[in-house]
Amino acid sequence: MQHDDVIWDIIGNQQFCSFKVKTKSQGFCRNEYNVTGLCNRSSCPLANSQYATIREEKGQCFLYMKVIERAAFPAKMWEKVKLSKNYEKALEQIDENLIYWPRFIRHKCKQRFTKITQYLIRMRKLVLKRQRKLVPLSRKVERREKRKEEKALIAAQLDNAIEKELLERLKQGTYGDIYNFPVHAFDRALEQQDAESESEEEEEGEEEEEDDEDTGKREFVAEEEVEESDLSDFEDMNKLKTSSDEEEQDEEEESSEEEEEEEEEEEEEETMTKASRSKGKSPANGSAARKKRAYVEIEYETEPVAKSRATS
Amino acid sequence: MDITEVPVSQDNKGKKKKNKKAKKKSVSQEGNEESGGVETKEEKMEKSEPAFPPTFSVSEIKNKQRRHLMFMKLKQEKRKQKMQIKKKKKKEREALGDKAPPKEVPKTIENQRVYDETTVDPEDEEIAFDEGTDEFSAYFNGLTNPKVLITTSDRPRGRTVRFCEQLATVIPNAHVYYRRGLALKRIIPQCIARNFTYLIVINEDRKVPNGLVLCHLPDGPTAHFKISSVRLRKEMKRRGKDPTEHSPEVILNNFTTRLGHSIGRLFAALFPQDPQFVGRQVATFHNQRDFVFFRFHRYIFKNEKKVGIQELGPRFTLKLRSLQKGTFDSKFGEYEWVLKRHEMDACRRKFQL
Repeated sequence: MQHDDVIWDIIGNQQFCSFKVKTKSQGFCRNEYNVTGLCNRSSCPLANSQYATIREEKGQCFLYMKVIERAAFPAKMWEKVKLSKNYEKALEQIDENLIYWPRFIRHKCKQRFTKITQYLIRMRKLVLKRQRKLVPLSRKVERREKRKEEKALIAAQLDNAIEKELLERLKQGTYGDIYNFPVHAFDRALEQQDAESESEEEEEGEEEEEDDEDTGKREFVAEEEVEESDLSDFEDMNKLKTSSDEEEQDEEEESSEEEEEEEEEEEEEETMTKASRSKGKSPANGSAARKKRAYVEIEYETEPVAKSRATS
Repeated sequence: MDITEVPVSQDNKGKKKKNKKAKKKSVSQEGNEESGGVETKEEKMEKSEPAFPPTFSVSEIKNKQRRHLMFMKLKQEKRKQKMQIKKKKKKEREALGDKAPPKEVPKTIENQRVYDETTVDPEDEEIAFDEGTDEFSAYFNGLTNPKVLITTSDRPRGRTVRFCEQLATVIPNAHVYYRRGLALKRIIPQCIARNFTYLIVINEDRKVPNGLVLCHLPDGPTAHFKISSVRLRKEMKRRGKDPTEHSPEVILNNFTTRLGHSIGRLFAALFPQDPQFVGRQVATFHNQRDFVFFRFHRYIFKNEKKVGIQELGPRFTLKLRSLQKGTFDSKFGEYEWVLKRHEMDACRRKFQL
């Protein structure tokens, strides 16, 4: 005999029901055949011998019915009816199967069926939309890459590379006539530098050359303000080249013509300056820092130059 | 008692026991567990210097403390020898003075780079021909002007949005559009219809941009990059004012291989062909060890030999993940190059770009 009330008394109120999940406000029923999902006297599939549910399998909806006549055959207790895919027809099917059943169960079954069809439609829509693909990252790999990137950044010496490239472009003339730096202003500054440190014979030659050059070229006043630092930079470069310079000068003093010597030296010094610049003499900071650094170094450099003079 | 104690103290090669070694010398030859230890101990006592026969290795000692001490001693020895060699070399160099051999160039990863057979030779005719007829030829021949569309993945966060805006100021003729959940495959034909030449999609993860898809539009190649270390404009130190509307110059450094060349052209075609030197702005793509560093500077020539640069603009690093032949199509696209980590990252000195 099925005593629903007794069953409900036991599992609903007093003792344990394994499908019951209690929260502060409400109790839920985890039984798969439950229509509403709540733990109620009228929704409990165990405590009602006449019960019906809608369940969905792989997109197909079924109506499950349980009647008291089959209560003795647990294997055949639930009667399964496949519902049509058409929403209205399915509702009619529910109605005709659950005719003469209590209002509550009919209503709840239809509600559940509506919910199920709605979520099935949404699932189908989502699949058509773009789906986010999650790509897993490996922590080790990311760490390694980060470190490699840092090392590469240090090795790149970006500022120097950019400056070098810009100067190259200026040299090649891609900027056309925008920047009118007279090429020989640089030479003149170098010659003055040479005049201080080298023998008097060469000075005469340089002065002649200077006079010749002055007639053709214009001087930019602004340039001279900067030349102090330029001079100091030239002295920097002189310091760098002392060993090779000495060699050159040794060789060249042996040769006869003075003017050629000067020109060669100037050219070589020009190339050396380019090289020294690209070696990273110029710091990443602005010109102020550069100037300061150069000034400090002037004081030290004249001495070793003098010393090497003495030895050679 | 003594005999039983000896094996314990013998095997302890700690510095503390060095003093006691002399006393226990006679007994040390008996009852030893580790033969290697004995030899070294004896040698030590004779020479009062840690000397390691070639068969001995520090890893054979089971006790961690002793092993650690031995290892440190080993390191000290090596360091000492190295310093001695250095000093000797320095002395020789000073003694020789002028005739000293030139300083040896230290080995760097760039020096040791495995030679890539796809390195581009500047005079190669085949490459010149290829580049004359590829998808960028229209741009490089001056026929088309770049027009760039910048967008993001779904629902971008603040940082990504700001990054997009700044990118749009850096690249002339760039427009930012909000994505709104549209499919890329539908966006692309619309872009082509409106004469866009480039599509940039910035992918976002956890409120930070981390990927970049660069698609050249009239069915050009699509490159997918990983972005790292994005620095927005307000995070830059010592930055200048905002970039102006002048089109910047472009510097591409170190793109040596065929792949590098094509990526370089991809970047170059983003910017208009004739830069406005009045603006004095330069955008740099510098490739170092397969990382492409992007910087945006303003330069000024102080004189012929000096230039000052000031960084404006965002900076970021890119790493190429894949290059696809047609426009963006992740399923059916034909991939020209894909980063295969196990093959390509196995050797430290091998680079692709």
